[in-house]
Amino acid sequence: MVNPLMRGVLAIVAAGLVLLPVTALAGKDDDTLVAAFQAKLPSLDRYHAPGREGFLLGLLAYDALVYRDPNTFELKPLLATAWRQVDEKTWEFDLRSGVKFHNGDPMTAEDVAYSLSYAADPVNKVFNRMTGGWIERVDVVDPLKVRVVGKQVTPLALEYLLQLPIEPKAYREAVGIQGFAEKPVGTGPYKISGGSGNDVIFTRNDDYFEGGGKSKPAIKTLVYRAIPDVNTQVAELIGGGIDWAYYIPVDQAGKLKMMPMVDVINAETFRIGFLTLDAAGLSSPDSPLKDLRVRQAIAHAIDRDALAKTLVGGASKPIASACTPSQFGCIADVTQYGYDVEKAKALMAQAGFADGFDIDIYGYRSRPVAEAIIGYLNAIGIRANLHWMQYSAVIQQRRDHKTPIVIDDFGSAGINDVGAILPFFFAESPDDQSRDPAVTAAIREAGSTADPEQRKALYAKALKRIADEAYWTPMFSMPVNYVMSKDVTVPVPADENVEFWRATWK
Amino acid sequence: MASYIARRLGLAVLVMLTISFLSFLMLKMSGDLAISMAGEGSGADYVEFLRKTYGWDKPLITQYWDWLVKALQGDIGTSFYYGSPVMTLIVERMPATLALGAMAIVMALCTAIPLGMAAGRYPGRLIDKVALLVALLGVSTPIFWLSFLLILVLGLQFAVLPISGGGSFRHLIMPAMALAFYSMPAIIRISRAGMIEVMRSDYIRTARAKGLRPHRIYLGHALRNTLVPVVAVASVQFGFLLGGSVVVENIFAIHGIGYLTWEAINQNDYPVVQAALLAVSAAYVVLTLLADIVNMMIDPRIRLD
Repeated sequence: MVNPLMRGVLAIVAAGLVLLPVTALAGKDDDTLVAAFQAKLPSLDRYHAPGREGFLLGLLAYDALVYRDPNTFELKPLLATAWRQVDEKTWEFDLRSGVKFHNGDPMTAEDVAYSLSYAADPVNKVFNRMTGGWIERVDVVDPLKVRVVGKQVTPLALEYLLQLPIEPKAYREAVGIQGFAEKPVGTGPYKISGGSGNDVIFTRNDDYFEGGGKSKPAIKTLVYRAIPDVNTQVAELIGGGIDWAYYIPVDQAGKLKMMPMVDVINAETFRIGFLTLDAAGLSSPDSPLKDLRVRQAIAHAIDRDALAKTLVGGASKPIASACTPSQFGCIADVTQYGYDVEKAKALMAQAGFADGFDIDIYGYRSRPVAEAIIGYLNAIGIRANLHWMQYSAVIQQRRDHKTPIVIDDFGSAGINDVGAILPFFFAESPDDQSRDPAVTAAIREAGSTADPEQRKALYAKALKRIADEAYWTPMFSMPVNYVMSKDVTVPVPADENVEFWRATWK
Repeated sequence: MASYIARRLGLAVLVMLTISFLSFLMLKMSGDLAISMAGEGSGADYVEFLRKTYGWDKPLITQYWDWLVKALQGDIGTSFYYGSPVMTLIVERMPATLALGAMAIVMALCTAIPLGMAAGRYPGRLIDKVALLVALLGVSTPIFWLSFLLILVLGLQFAVLPISGGGSFRHLIMPAMALAFYSMPAIIRISRAGMIEVMRSDYIRTARAKGLRPHRIYLGHALRNTLVPVVAVASVQFGFLLGGSVVVENIFAIHGIGYLTWEAINQNDYPVVQAALLAVSAAYVVLTLLADIVNMMIDPRIRLD
């Protein structure tokens, strides 16, 4: 028998042997860009990969009919070379010829019809119901022409379609949904060539077509690596184990800015932060929030500039209107409520709440922001009792009419149009806390109008009324920090949809 | 003996049922899977559709019962988030966690036993105080803090070990060190106590009287007798390590059960959480039972009944 002590010594020696210098795995030398993400991709089939990482997967390995420029938001051709509206509900697309899937199959109208119909059927439970749910049917006109027919007038049709990838009908039917998720095939700039554990490996598609909004990648290999802890991501960035990461919190980004090996870039997203107020008295018939003066007092009590500058940080800007500034139909020219504690107190007194009141407030995202808001409310006598929960639980509470105030945020599911945000929070939706018939009418009409100018006017009407009545307390935009190695340039988008195929080594 | 094991197993089943019921309840109360699955901005009618499709609109107790009946038939379900069978996920993730746990327990034993024995040999002396300090630090240091400290020192300052991921043996060293430190105190204490006890025993006095060299006395006689209870404690600690790996696997991005559990909790993916918890609690229950049996075989004076 080997002496146990000896075995211990051997183990320590063995451990010593492996303490050799680490070779860098990421980098320029092997033309491999390693990007870190907090979440793993639940599936490699875009239709079953939700969230912003799913969006990225859709862009990397797949193509949609149309493409949206991530900085100008202009819609450009991709798998479709041109499109037109045949009637109010019908869109016709001319498909690009000569496009091949990664397995060599040609992309045809059959694949488009198959993919869009898959997205449309609720049984398939694709990543976001909104994007495909509007489609009534897809007609194949000829091998390079399709018509997409909506159930009703759908002004956001193109914004939805740019999220829906075209997948190969024959291959997907042959291998099945589960098989496809393991060995997926798209037309995108990168092929999925494997992966294990936390990594998914994307390899350049050398046959990627020219002429669309996307292009053949400059960097050969892209590794999608899941590292759930942001502190670990930061350590890896400093150590050179990864080349790129995003959603780095403001305090960490501040420290990284001083590091010689990385660049920190802060850029806008569609996400905005706001408070929803139970103006309709859904949570309680005698809710103080039913009083316009109380809602206005809350709007005046919050120092948006300070929140944006110190707590959200970076490029964050205060907002006054219930929409993302870049969105079609969003106007900032509405009633403004500047930070004015005295005015807020006076409004509270006029409303008969000189001594303030107790109220429940719900939150899920940033604790520091929640604490700051509670502090601001407290300054005008509103004693807010915080309920801290998961996102889905908070939303359910609101739908069950239990939430006087929610500290909420919304990214409009990547859609650059107020038609993604207003119908969700107003117009008698389950999350509508104001139930104002005038707002509802304007939003509903805009949602069934194809004419852009008319829609703009209707949304402006709704947004003005929302601000006048202080139904919401809009607070700030929520930009994110991108951190990347000094060796690489990865263009930074304004909508979180990073285009890794445009990345280049310096 | 057989009746004892049967009773213990019966108790273990009850423990696991309780764990699964409580975790199911807590998970259901903490969030709404239908809303997270529907995606931001999805309409309430679709959320309702999902609830109906998956039967989440039924009373909680019915949902739990449906899950349990299937689980007892060997069908632990499909992950809502990943879309693949839970069994596949568990089988895929288990090796990393087992390798990490095994490495951690080996590290803990290799350092804690010599330290504990030295402390027991010289109670009250410097080495004893060092051992006590290590044990104290082991129980009081938050595991995430130690993990980041290791990353800072070994991953960045000296850059000798990879910071995250699980591709190789070297990737497991830092997380195993963090876990090992966490399980050392119990082993130090038991080997120290064992050593003190052994050193007082008659056979050591006899060995000394025979004129045996000190290293023969310690390694040949004392060590082997001290190790006996350590084996039992170590197996229980191994069970702890499987549970404790949730934090460590997340920090070091190890593709194991701990990471899977954390993801599943975030997504309210209850079939996965249930299965992972059951796997860990089953391992723990089995290890505790084995430890009891080993204890009894080592020392017949221990009466299990």
